[in-house]
Order: sequence, then C-alpha cells, then structure tokens
Amino acid sequence: MAKDLVNALADLKEQEVIKIVANRLSAKEDPLRILEDARKAMEMVGQRFASSEYFIPDLVYSGEILRAVTEMVRPKLSKAGEIKRVGKVVFGTVAGDIHDIGKDIVVFMLDVNGFEVYDLGVDVPAQKFVEKIKETGAPIVGLSGFLTLAFDSMKQTMDAIKAAGLRDKVKVMIGGGQITEEVRKYTGADAYGKDAMDGVTLAKKWGAVK
Amino acid sequence: MEKKWEDMMPEEKQEELFARWMSPKDPQGNDLKFQSPQAEKAYKERITRIKDAIQMKKLPDRVPVFVIPSFFPVYNAGFTPREAMYDYDKCCMAFKKLVMDFAPDAQIGAVAPGPGKAYDILDYKLYSWPGHGVRPEQSYQANEGEYMKAGEYDALIADPSNFFSNTYLPRVFGKLEGFKMLPTLTGILEIYGVAFNFIPFGLPPVQATYKALFEAGAEALKWAGAIGAFNAEINAAGFPGLWAGGYSKAPFDVIGDTLRGTRGIMLDMYRQPDKLIEAMERLTPIMIKMGVGAAKMSGQPLVFMPLHKGADGFMSDEQFKKFYWPTLRKVMMGLIGEGVVPNPAAEGKWATRLEVMQDLPKGKTLWMIDQSDIAKVKKTVGKVACMYGNIPSALLTLGTPQEVKDYVKKCIDVAGKGGGYIVSNGAFFDHAKAENIKAMVDFAKEYGVYK
Repeated sequence: MAKDLVNALADLKEQEVIKIVANRLSAKEDPLRILEDARKAMEMVGQRFASSEYFIPDLVYSGEILRAVTEMVRPKLSKAGEIKRVGKVVFGTVAGDIHDIGKDIVVFMLDVNGFEVYDLGVDVPAQKFVEKIKETGAPIVGLSGFLTLAFDSMKQTMDAIKAAGLRDKVKVMIGGGQITEEVRKYTGADAYGKDAMDGVTLAKKWGAVK
Repeated sequence: MEKKWEDMMPEEKQEELFARWMSPKDPQGNDLKFQSPQAEKAYKERITRIKDAIQMKKLPDRVPVFVIPSFFPVYNAGFTPREAMYDYDKCCMAFKKLVMDFAPDAQIGAVAPGPGKAYDILDYKLYSWPGHGVRPEQSYQANEGEYMKAGEYDALIADPSNFFSNTYLPRVFGKLEGFKMLPTLTGILEIYGVAFNFIPFGLPPVQATYKALFEAGAEALKWAGAIGAFNAEINAAGFPGLWAGGYSKAPFDVIGDTLRGTRGIMLDMYRQPDKLIEAMERLTPIMIKMGVGAAKMSGQPLVFMPLHKGADGFMSDEQFKKFYWPTLRKVMMGLIGEGVVPNPAAEGKWATRLEVMQDLPKGKTLWMIDQSDIAKVKKTVGKVACMYGNIPSALLTLGTPQEVKDYVKKCIDVAGKGGGYIVSNGAFFDHAKAENIKAMVDFAKEYGVYK
C-alpha cells in the first residue's frame, strides 16, 4: 500500500494518488505516514529530474499533486509533522529582476533534497538577504537572476553581505540565464550553477562542511 | 507583364520580398532617397550579404554581423529606459547612435521600448515597465499569469478572436473592461433584431473603453510617426532594417507565455493534452497570417519568432515532439510558403532536439542561437539554415575586447565555414561594454571575409 502511493506519485498518476490517499485517510491511517510516503515520492521525482528522465513540466505537475495531497491530509493532522532538514538556505531573485521560473526550480530541488529553504521571492533588495541570513543563521545563500542587470545586483548583494560582516559565515551560489564563471568572478560569489542540480550539489557539499 | 503574387512559387515570393527589401520606401510610400550613392551601395551590399548567408546558395563576400540588443542602445546613449519609452525622440536618438557607433549589417529599428504612455492609458498588466512596476532605469519585464483559465480551452478553440476581445484583453488591460460586454459580431446578420447588437456600444463602460482606445491609438500613432521617420533615416544612411515589425510565435508559446502561463500550460500537458493540441492547431493559421501580413506590408522577408518554452530543460524530447515542434513547424512552413523567412530565436540552450529541428527546407529560415553549442547547431539545423548569435551576454558585459575577438574567431571558424553564419550576440542584452560590441563588429568584418 505504502509503496503504491510512493510509486503513483513518483509516476505522476494524479487520479490514482488521490484515490489511495482518500482510502488511507478513511481507513484512519496516521496522516504523517501518508506525508512521509509523499516525501519519498518527491525525492524520487527529484532523482528523475536529476537524471534527465523528468523535466520542468513533470516537476510542476508533481508539485501540484503534492499540494492536493497536503490539502487532503492537513485537516487530519493533530500537530505539524516535523521533517528532518539537512541545512538552511536563503534564496531569492536579486533586486530589479522579477524572473521566478529558474529560482522556483532550484528551490523545489533543494526542498526535495531535504534543505530548509527560505524563499524571499523576486526583486529582493540586498538588505533583505542580509536580514534573512542574520535571522535564520543559514550558511548557504542562493542568488538568482535572468537579466544582465542582475550581474550588478548580485555584486551589490555580495557587498552588502560583506559589509554586514557575514561573508565568512556564508557560502554563496549564483545562477540564471546568462550567468557564467566570469559573472561569478565579477560578483565575488563562491560558485555558480548551470542548472538546478548544480545548485543541489553545491548545497550538499557546503552543507557537509558545516 | 509581372507575375501576380498568387501565381508565384514560394521561391519566387521569397525573391520578390528580398527585391522589395532592396528597394525601400519612405513613410509616404515613395522610393526612399538615400543620403548618398555610397549609402545606397552599402544598403544593397548589406542585404545581398545577408540574403546570400540565408539562402545558402552562394558564399557571401564576408560573414555578416548583427547587433541585437534589448535596452543596451538606451543606456549606451546615456538615457534611462523610462525616457526611451516616454520620449520618442530620445528613443530614436539612442537607436540611431547604436547604428552609427557600430555600423552592423542590419538594424532592428527603434520599436523595442514601445510607447509607455499608451500602456499607461490602457492600464497594461502583462508587463511591468520602467516607472510602472520596475525602476525607471530598468527594462520592462513580463508578469506571467493565468490570463486564460484551465476550463476556457473550448471558448478559445470555438472563436479565438472573440475569446481575445471579450475575455483575454479585459484581463490584461484594465481599461478594456468594457469589452466584456461586447456583442458577438458574427451575430449581426439581418434587420430583424440587429439593433440589439448595438446596445452594448451605448453602455458607459463600453464607451469608456473606446475612449481609452482612441487615446491609446493616438499615442501609438504619434510613436509610429517617430519610429517611421527614424527607419527612413537609418535606411537612407545605408542600414537595412531587419524585422520591420514582422512578428509571429510558436503556438505553444502563445498559450504558455501569454494565455495560460508556464505553470498552467505544463499542467495542461498532463490534464488536458488533447485540448491543448487542438488549441495550438487553431492558432496555427492565425500565427501564419500575422507574419505574412506584416512581411507583405513592410516589404521585407524576415519575421521574428522568439522561442521560449521549447528550450532544453523546459520539456523532454518526447514532449517537444508531441507538443512544441509540430505546430511551430507548421507555422514556419506556412510562412515559407508565402515567401517569408521565419527568424526563430532559440533562446536559452537547445541541444537534444536539434536533429528534430533540422526537418526544414534548406535556405528558408534564419535562426538566432543563444547558448546552444554552435558546432552542434552547425552539424544539424546549420545544414539547412543560416544562424546568427552565440556571443554570450556575460562576455560582452564583463570580458575584454581581446576575449570577444577570440570568441568571434571561434564562432567564424566553426560556423562560418561554407557560409550560413552571421556574427551576433546570442541573447537580447541590456548591458555591455561599448568597446566589446565594437570589437565584435569590427573583428567580424576583418576576419569574416571569404577569400
């Protein structure tokens, strides 16, 4: 039964997933176990994305099915199920840039890989990154940007992090449309990622160091 | 006697459009007076160079070179994007400076910033523009959303024009609310009951909408006057315009960018794939007509098609073959049939589906290449089509002129062999070092000569 839900969700069989969850809820099963299965399934989705078996439409659809499952299960939850998280990441699209598709994918992949992601959204001023880093103590920061103007916004964000005395407390990755090694050097970030999987690999590497 | 358009073969139509491009008109419709015989010669040489590169029948005298920016010309002239969108003279000055500073083989007009005031009047919501949602010194950016709901495919398929006027437009333009009340015009048939159809036009919200449209129209006309005069001046100086407003899109992107949004269309690929495909088929002739109409009106063969959601990563190869490519190819074939040269821009990275994309007649399309591996493109799509681009934005912004030259050399060595390549930046850019753009153009002219 448990395996059915994991596979059905990982295979993106929406109707089947809804049916299984409804059955398990009416059988008075612990909702936390259902959520745990859903988490396992999302991990598989993440793996399939990493191995280029799945693409963005599949991620979007899996997220949508997961949302439906969470909504079904939520009323039955007595207390919020704490999921073990491997590390904190502050993430956002830098000031002046309102593109979110790429950022959302990296956030999604970090999330299914067990990271606690603080997603600040788009057009995020440098100071807001600084405040969030202080507030959460997150050791990893991700700056996303699609436009060429993002190069400067990223650099300004790095400068603000430095000015706040946080530079040696965080590792910063950048990524997005036109980002290359040259941009990384220019901004002073620690690394850049070509795609969402690069982001996860970097976060895992940096998370392990801490 | 000259052959009538309807009787021409697609090849003849293409030749005819190139011929019309060779003999440009001024805004009054008369033959354009060039600044000098040298300017006229340069104009014709440039078009011949571009035409030879596109048609792949004979080698051009050298590799042509384009500069295809977004708001770069505006910054380069010391203006803000806000100024360019609200002061049409400044806008034209900026784009003129671009052409004069760098002298590329074609120019892209000054249409990209657009008339900011017209968007203000209409309360346009699909975009945030400088001073209206983004800071005055920044370029405009799209606000994607579900402007068409998941359950509205049938309405779109049944009558696309009516869906746009009565449902889509009121959602993306605050001031077009009144269009929701418009009658279905195909219901105006005979005298019996016909007057009922005119009642909506008497209602205050509809009249307010038309008032806003008249104002926006007047503003657009003012803008078009400035842009038209600019085009004539730049053409007269010897620089042919590349697109002249000719524009079309892949049906998948029409739905994904404009109507349903990325998330919406991706869910539709799973939940209602047949409806999505039917809607794309319905939009196909509309996209063909749009491109052909613009090309014939402007007397210029190239029609620009920015491609977005078919890029690597955005979907699998299987999904690409099922959802993206069939109607995109139909649009391109429809355009080619009318002599138009589709100019798709493969924004982002395209690698795994290049084999699929080479299923096109030779010498009939022109591809803008962003971050795709240029050697791989040359071996696939490059066998049947000319391409331009691949010089990265990051290099133009942060690199040195020498690094730019090295990159251009690599592009010409790899893609210029046998023709079919035009040196250009790969993505629309806002920022770059002017000396890098100059290095790109000058080096292409020097190194790109075919001996």
